[in-house]
Amino acid sequence: MSASARTLYDKLWEDHLVADEGDGVGLLYIDRQILHEVSSPVAFAGLEARGASVRRPGAQLATIDHAIPTKDRDRPVADPLARSQIALLEANATAHGITVYGAASPRQGIVHVVGPEQGFTQPGMTLVCGDSHTATHGAFGALAFGVGTSEIECVLATQTLRQSRSRNMALKVAGALGPGVSAKDLTMASVGLIGAGGASGYAIEYMGPAVSALSMAGRMTLCNMTIEAGSRIGMVAPDETTFAFLEGRPFAPKGRLWDEAVAYWRTLSSDADATFDWVLEIDAGALAPQVTWGTSPDLVLPVTGRTPDPDGIASEAEREGVLKSLAYMGLAPDTALQDIAIDYAFIGSCTNSRLEDLRAAAEIVAGRRVAPHVTALVVPGSSMIKRQAEAEGLDLIFRQAGFEWRDAGCSLCVAMNNDRLAPGQRSASTSNRNFEGRQGPGARTHLMSPAMVAAAAVAGHIVDVREID
Amino acid sequence: MEPFVRIASIAAPLPERDIDTDIIFPARYLLLTSKTGLGQYAFFERRYEDGGKTEKADFPLNQPVFRGARLIVAGSNFGCGSSREHAVWALADLGVRCVIADSFGDIFYSNCFKNGLLPVVVTPDQCADLTVRAAAGERLEVDLERQEVRTADGGVIAFPVDGWRREALLNGWDEIATILRTRGQAIAAFEAAQRTRFAWLHADT
Ligand code: SF4
Repeated sequence: MSASARTLYDKLWEDHLVADEGDGVGLLYIDRQILHEVSSPVAFAGLEARGASVRRPGAQLATIDHAIPTKDRDRPVADPLARSQIALLEANATAHGITVYGAASPRQGIVHVVGPEQGFTQPGMTLVCGDSHTATHGAFGALAFGVGTSEIECVLATQTLRQSRSRNMALKVAGALGPGVSAKDLTMASVGLIGAGGASGYAIEYMGPAVSALSMAGRMTLCNMTIEAGSRIGMVAPDETTFAFLEGRPFAPKGRLWDEAVAYWRTLSSDADATFDWVLEIDAGALAPQVTWGTSPDLVLPVTGRTPDPDGIASEAEREGVLKSLAYMGLAPDTALQDIAIDYAFIGSCTNSRLEDLRAAAEIVAGRRVAPHVTALVVPGSSMIKRQAEAEGLDLIFRQAGFEWRDAGCSLCVAMNNDRLAPGQRSASTSNRNFEGRQGPGARTHLMSPAMVAAAAVAGHIVDVREID
Repeated sequence: MEPFVRIASIAAPLPERDIDTDIIFPARYLLLTSKTGLGQYAFFERRYEDGGKTEKADFPLNQPVFRGARLIVAGSNFGCGSSREHAVWALADLGVRCVIADSFGDIFYSNCFKNGLLPVVVTPDQCADLTVRAAAGERLEVDLERQEVRTADGGVIAFPVDGWRREALLNGWDEIATILRTRGQAIAAFEAAQRTRFAWLHADT
């Protein structure tokens, strides 16, 4: 190993270090920030209270996603709290000269969908957002992480953040994903392998042939759930797939600047002899479609599996955890996952709401019907994706199968708007969290890929998508 | 920000692991746009039934001995999940100044320091011992100046904390003001250099 060998994370860290604060802490320059209506109001209020202005309005982008209803968009938002929260972001952004995709904008959508879609997210950047799934943008080889509201205010005012340097972790994915197995299954399996807090303090770089083979949508899905393994940072080194995706997008560099940018972006990969503090290997070819059975994303099994039997678990803490999850989920021990009936099917969220995800789901539902007892929803990740899907006729396929075709937003991923399960109801969901109450108080969530949710919607219960022809 | 030097208090035991920020602060209350008065929604589903009308007697913070506890001894990975700072604001509004656990969600951990709360990381064995003591109603003392937790029988547990975070919390310093005061020139110099080397990042200004 040469002394100067560096990982991708090392390079991004060093290229943004404003000052070394000692003890592994650095003051990092933050190139871009994306704002949404929920985590930003107190930050703007704080900024105003200190009489400060936004240091670089052009380095900020705001969009509406969490609180916005996914239907009746032509009418005023019914919930007065949601309505004023949305209006507040639009007002704050406008007052500070920040571009905002408001409720009526054709570019509106989920923060982690809109940033890449507009080319606002680029390789080599530091990018933050007041949302824990910000590692999604790491798919472009950006150093992107979720921050709290105080940190949003800090970035608005100073364009910097104090951060502790993470340790380096490589997740190497060999082989190729099999038919019916997607980036979502890969990310869920890795969360299961690492555990809910296992990668805390690490920056994960996903690499290997199965990662390089992924489209940008797949890479975003992979990086999206990094936080579910406890790490704030997940990345994929940029390559030709990345550059091809970005070229020509509204915020992408143009002309000479594009060439300069690409030349720099090509240097953004871990040196061959760089060392990682932790290396994990996964064989993509060995993966089956994944399904969560409990109330933490790491409680995940292949679809062919059965819920655990607490009697067989030696550690008392672990046994109690399993019992608590089974009780909340209303599941008996040793139940075949494929015997679990669902009430709801949700295709959406920043994990899986891109055009490619909708296509994968549509392929399964085409010519089929949603089971009569299932409520099924498709919520595109952005208004642009919605229009593109409609241009391809995907909306028709979904509607004819009995899905509702909604407007873009976070929707049932977080159940902050009026999309919500009733207590005790069970969903198959393409989102990223199966926490207690995540889809409404008492709601039960099984995470899986878009194709798996589509298949479950049709079957009325969890089913192995590989067995559908 | 209110400085934190040391506190002594009864400690509420919440030994369950992976208490995520959705449990600490349910998403449907995120529509509120202020950070004050959020304590009433903290642990809402754990604390109440009937949509908030009745307190659940078995939840520690509802029990007379733990009501008003300024300390929580929690399970592993406390505050994992979403970045919502509302989880910290709600705890602060309840009067909680310190959470002890063997691990925390990263973003929650950093959010605590911005709001005058001290997250204390101890080993799993130490945490198990402190949980037993907390459940027995023992008063614990947390001393940030000396970086130690003290038990009623004179036991001392040292804990780590970053120097800059410790100093800011001890003094109640505002982070943004500190950065601008100490690093304002460095930021300007960085921007100037970046404008030359990575011009495309500044096409906006
Ligand atoms: S879709 Fe879900 S995880 Fe993604 S930004 Fe919205 S609420 Fe957060």
